Amino acid sequence: MKPYLREKKNFGFSDIPGSTSFEAGYLVSVNSGWRSIKPVVNMEKCIGCMQCYLYCPDGAISIENKKAVIDYDFCKGCGICQKICKLNAIEMEAER
Amino acid sequence: MTAKDLSKDEFFYGHKACAGCGGSLAVRNALKVIGKNAFAVLPAGCMSAVGFNFPQLCFANNAIISTFAGTASMLTGIEAGLRAKGATDFTAVGFAGDGGTADIGIQALSGAIDRNDNILYICYDNEAYMNTGIQKSGLTPFGAKTTTTPSGKNIHGNIRPKKNMFEIVSAHDIAYSATASIGYMEDFLNKVKKACEIRGTKYIHVIAPCPTGWGIPVSNTVEIAREIVDCGLWYLAEYENGEFTLNHDPKEFTGVVEYLKKQSRFRHLTDDDIQIIIQSRDAKWEKIRRDWRR
Amino acid sequence: MAKKFLSGDEAFAEGVKLARPQVISAYPITPQTIVVERLSEMVENGSLKSEFIHVESEHSALSCAIGASAVGARAFTATSSQGLLYMAECLPYASGGRFPIVMMNANRSTALPWNIYGDQRDSISQLDSGWIQAYAENAQEGLDFALMSYYIAEHKDVSTPFMVNLDGFVLTHTYETVDIPTQELADKFLPPYETDNRLDIENPKNMAFSAGPEHNFIFKYKEHQALLNAKKIITEAEKRFADIFGRKYTGLLETYRTEDSDYILITLGSIAGLCREIADNLRAKGKKTGVVRLRYLRPFPTEELVTAVKNAKAVGVLEKDISFGNEGTVFTNVNSALFQAKTVIPSYNFIGGLGGKNISHEDIENIFDLIENGAERVNFIGIEGGD
Repeated sequence: MKPYLREKKNFGFSDIPGSTSFEAGYLVSVNSGWRSIKPVVNMEKCIGCMQCYLYCPDGAISIENKKAVIDYDFCKGCGICQKICKLNAIEMEAER
Repeated sequence: MTAKDLSKDEFFYGHKACAGCGGSLAVRNALKVIGKNAFAVLPAGCMSAVGFNFPQLCFANNAIISTFAGTASMLTGIEAGLRAKGATDFTAVGFAGDGGTADIGIQALSGAIDRNDNILYICYDNEAYMNTGIQKSGLTPFGAKTTTTPSGKNIHGNIRPKKNMFEIVSAHDIAYSATASIGYMEDFLNKVKKACEIRGTKYIHVIAPCPTGWGIPVSNTVEIAREIVDCGLWYLAEYENGEFTLNHDPKEFTGVVEYLKKQSRFRHLTDDDIQIIIQSRDAKWEKIRRDWRR
Repeated sequence: MAKKFLSGDEAFAEGVKLARPQVISAYPITPQTIVVERLSEMVENGSLKSEFIHVESEHSALSCAIGASAVGARAFTATSSQGLLYMAECLPYASGGRFPIVMMNANRSTALPWNIYGDQRDSISQLDSGWIQAYAENAQEGLDFALMSYYIAEHKDVSTPFMVNLDGFVLTHTYETVDIPTQELADKFLPPYETDNRLDIENPKNMAFSAGPEHNFIFKYKEHQALLNAKKIITEAEKRFADIFGRKYTGLLETYRTEDSDYILITLGSIAGLCREIADNLRAKGKKTGVVRLRYLRPFPTEELVTAVKNAKAVGVLEKDISFGNEGTVFTNVNSALFQAKTVIPSYNFIGGLGGKNISHEDIENIFDLIENGAERVNFIGIEGGD
C-alpha cells in the first residue's frame, strides 16, 4: 500500500467534499521535475543491501530481485542514496 | 530492526518536502514500523505543509493536521474517541517539529504525559522553525545563525543553549522516552517499535537535519545526522522505569570543529564560541557517564 | 420524566448526560465549572459512560474534542469568557473541519478589567467563527438545548459545531425546577452519531488539510451553506422534540405579543423574562409593547425577525455586548436584516449588563419609553456621568 497517482486531477464545485476529509494517499502530481541530477543504479555492483531504500526520504527506492529500483516519478535527486551506498553502486547523472 | 524488517508499504509518499529532508525520512520510516493502523497527527509545520495539499494527500494511513499547539491534545482526543468507539488495534502517533514541541506545543504535551494518555509523540528536531524560513526555536543550539538570530559583530547567532526536551519530558516520569538520530536509523526504528509496545505516553526525540536551514548539501543529511552523535553534541539514550540509559557511548568523539564548519549556520563561530560548545558538551557527558546506565 | 430543582449548570449537565457524549474534555472556569464537575460525578458513579479527559487548557479542551470528533466520536466540552478566547484558534478549526462538537459557554465578561459576572461579549466576539450559536433563557431551555444541539449539529446537512450560551450566574447558578426526560426518550430523540467525516481504519482518510485559493473558497462557501441549512434542521429538531417530549420551541426566535405591537424590544438570554413582564405592565397602561427574544444568533433569524417587527413603529435592541467604536453587534445584525428587507423603522441600541451590572425594572421601562420617544443610536443604560 502506498499513495498513488489518480486519474482525476481537477476538482470543481461538486467534487469538493463538504468537510476537509478525503481519501488517504490521493496523488495528482509527480516530483520528477525537481531534479537536476538523478541517481542511476549500477546493477552489477548493487547487492540489494537496502541501505539506499532505508535512507531515501521520499521512499522512492524499492528492492526488487535484490536490486535497487528507483521510482523516477518521485525521486527528487537529493543524492543521499549515492552517499550511503558502500559499494558505489549508485551514480548521480545530470538530467537533460 | 533493520531495513529487511520494515514494511514494504510506503505510507508517506509523493510529498513536497525539500530534497534531502531529514524530517520526511523520520516520518516515512516511523510509519513503516507502526503500520497501517497508525492515526497520525501533524501540527502546522513542514510535514503538514508538504503532505496535505488538497487534492495531493500524501499519507496512505489515517492522518490529520492539528493546530500548531495541539498535536498532543488532538492525539488525546483521537485515542479517547477510538477507544470509546471500541477500537483496540491502533496507534495514535504525533509528528511535530522542534518549535511545535518545545515551544508552542509543550503545554499540551505536558498535559498528555501527565494523564499518561496512550499515545506516541515523535519530535523531529531540525533545530529551528524551518517551514517559516529558519527562525530560532527553543531547540536551536548555541551559536546557530537563524533568520531571527543573525550573526554579526555584536551577537554570534543564538545566545542560548538548546532546551533539554528529553529530560524535561522524562521528568514527568513518562512511560517511555528516547532520543534518536536519523543518522542511526536502526536505533530509531527499534525505539519506535519498542514505544508501540508500551502502554501510556511515549516520546521520541529524533534529530532530523534540514539541509536548507543547516546550510549543508542536500546529499549530506544522513551523514551530518551521524556526525552530531559521533562528535557528542547529541546522544542516543532512553528513559524507562525511572532510569536513564545511554545506548551508545563513543570511545572517542569526532571533531566538533569539523562538524560545525560543515554547516553554514555555524560558520561564523569564533574559537571562543567553539570552546563554549565543547565545554558544555564535556560537562553534559560527564553527567551522563556518571548518572546514567550504560 | 423527573422533576428536579437544579441550577442552570446542573440542568445543562443533565442534558449532556442524556446525549451520551463519548468524549468529554474538561477544564474549569467560573461560572461554567459546575457543568464539568457534575459530569465527572456521573462518570465516576457509572451513570454516564464517557471518556472524561482532564485537559490542561481550553485550547486543549477543544483540540481534544476535535480529535475525538475526527474519529466519529460524540464530543462535549464547556467553557466561558477567557477560556473561550484562549481556545479561539480552535473554533474555526472545528467549524471548518465540520466537526459537530457541542460546547456550552457560560456567558461572562472578558478582561480587562477582570470580572467573573455575566455579559455576552465573549461569545458574540466569536460570532464569525462558523459555529451555531444559541442563547438559552432558563435552565429548562438549557437542558433541552443540550440534547437538541447534538441532533442539529450532527445532521448531515449541517455538520457544524454548536455553542449553547447560558448567562453567567443569572442562569448558570440560579435554581429552577426542571423536567429531566428519561434516557429512553432521549435515545429515541437522538440517534447515535454516524458520519463519513472521520478517520477510519477500513477507509483511511487524510483530514484537516490545506486547500489553495480556488478550492478554499468552495470549502468556505459550503460551510456557509451548512449554517444556513441549520435553519431548516432546527425546525425539524424542534418538531421531533415536541412530539417526543411535549415541550415546544419556536425556532430561531421567540416573539411575545408582537402581532399588534407598536414598540418592540429585541433581546436575548435570561433578561427576556423581565422584558416580557415590563411589556405586560405597559400594556396594562395602554401601550402596545412586545418582545422578541433571539434564540439563535447564528444562523441569524433574518426573515423571522422582519416578519416579527415589520409593523412596529420603532424597535430597540438590548444586548450585553458592545463592539467598541461602533455599536452592539446584535444591533448591527438586526439593522442589516431590517434594512435589506426594506423595513426601515427607527431602531435604538441599548447596551446593558456589561460586567454583570444589574438591569432593573426601571431600566427596561425607560428603554421602552426611549423606543417610543426617540433615543441616541447607542445608549449605555444606567451610566451616569457619561455623554
